[in-house]
Amino acid sequence: MRDVPDAGVDVAACIDAIYRTESRRIFATLIRLLGDFDVAEEALSDAFRAALEHWPRDGIPANPRAWLVSTGRFKAIDGIRRRARFDSLDDRIDEVEAIPDESIRFDGDGIEDDRLRLIFTCCHPALSPDAQVALTLREVCGLTTEAIAQAFLTAAPTLAQRIVRAKGKIRDARIPYEVPAATELPARLDSVLRVIYLVFNEGYSASSGPSLTRIDLSAEAIRLGRLLVALLPDPEASGLLALMLLQESRRAARTSPDGEIVLLEEQDRSRWDGALIAEGSSLVREALASSAFGPYTLQAALASVHANAKRSEDTDWGQIVGLYDVLLRIEPSPVVELNRAVAVAMRDGPRAGLAVVDAILERGELRDYHLAHAARADLCRRAGDRDAARASYARALALAKQEPERRFLERRLAELRDDIR
Amino acid sequence: MKFLCFICAETPVDEMSVVEGARLFGEYAAFTEGIRRSGHYIGCHRLLPPATACTVRVRDGKVSTTDGPFAETKEYVGGYYLIEARDLNEAILVAAKIPGARTGCVEVRPVADDTETLRAIGVPAVQRENRDHSTFLKETT
Repeated sequence: MRDVPDAGVDVAACIDAIYRTESRRIFATLIRLLGDFDVAEEALSDAFRAALEHWPRDGIPANPRAWLVSTGRFKAIDGIRRRARFDSLDDRIDEVEAIPDESIRFDGDGIEDDRLRLIFTCCHPALSPDAQVALTLREVCGLTTEAIAQAFLTAAPTLAQRIVRAKGKIRDARIPYEVPAATELPARLDSVLRVIYLVFNEGYSASSGPSLTRIDLSAEAIRLGRLLVALLPDPEASGLLALMLLQESRRAARTSPDGEIVLLEEQDRSRWDGALIAEGSSLVREALASSAFGPYTLQAALASVHANAKRSEDTDWGQIVGLYDVLLRIEPSPVVELNRAVAVAMRDGPRAGLAVVDAILERGELRDYHLAHAARADLCRRAGDRDAARASYARALALAKQEPERRFLERRLAELRDDIR
Repeated sequence: MKFLCFICAETPVDEMSVVEGARLFGEYAAFTEGIRRSGHYIGCHRLLPPATACTVRVRDGKVSTTDGPFAETKEYVGGYYLIEARDLNEAILVAAKIPGARTGCVEVRPVADDTETLRAIGVPAVQRENRDHSTFLKETT
């Protein structure tokens, strides 16, 4: 049953490795068995402490994961019994009896189901979006509260309180620890995908900031995306993973060394990550073939068309316009219409795009959206109408809030002035 | 566990046309019959519109009564269902079938069942012991 202790094997290092790869799985199962996040957390550390104590002497058990789950469960029950001597015994007895005895079923599919349960519980739509993100990073990814707070530029006590409140709501409102039934799954999966993409974007947009000490949220989101795809094969989950991989592939090229935005068409494509593009593109193809895809898959498909163009001029704009058409049918949005208009301009010339942009601006929803005016300005510039271009850049600049974007618009305005002189 | 589902509406049934009102009452009849059969039903009432409300406060021992609801909002509580559900997900499933959820919204609130509350509102000790006070995970297998 047990390996004979081998002097050449460093048991502590082995436990360390098991902690890294298995601790979140074990934690997810302990939550199911013990019924409480905090009790499970304590049981998890008790179990690893026991491993450090016993394994060097007795050898590493044949199934370390099962040993750790079983030990954690036992330690928690023991703790509840010990506290029962001080509390009213009746309440505690119930608690112990409610803990299912499943010491036999610790491996196989059950464990992976527990991780999925944990993801769906942390991303439950009854929790605020902020809380969903914090809880997922804390409980599913196992990040420390301090690291999460730092990544989101939030004070650690604020974030800690957000997590405590979320756990309180899970307990009080009785949010169940389960994978939703098939009928609920699409809506609930949306919530999970939104959390993962939010984490990704937070990391992606912060990538130019002082990131040396901050955890890489984009990498964490991609890890989560991979986990979800492995646990729950679903075209949109694959689509989201593809989208993240394809965006990540451009990370090195999307800002200049001094932190300025580099537009897609001006990026040095040799700096794009070919392995990520290949993986993302193949995931997109699979998802599109399933015909059960959604907006993430379509956005990934768009990113894939760009990613697979060797030069900016090689971009298949006809295909991009077509993908935007499908995306608009699934999820109508003026911003997507604007992106489509830019693609139309690339396919049919700036005047054609300008007509579409003006029609969108006419409707009013995007009148105060700086990128709509920036897009119009760019099309006017390409069409040779400098006065109109200047007016639209100025309007965009008046509406833009982010510094790198403002600097970009100022540069464009200055270029137009230089051209006139 | 008990949940109270507040139905928030914009248009009271009293202001609907006879045909619309009859259709809505028909939908509520079918829904209520459904949750009676499924065992989720505990109780329900429709409330008269906020125009019929008054608000009572007692300050320094003096009762003051004012016209109207305590908060002026476009949406108001038009009625409620008290239901029994295994957990929040089941409560959400029931709430989603309330006809009012399609035009207005339904707020789902867990009912407190701690010992102090139950004692304060006079729930007999026998029932108190029978209440299930397990946490969210214990019923899943």
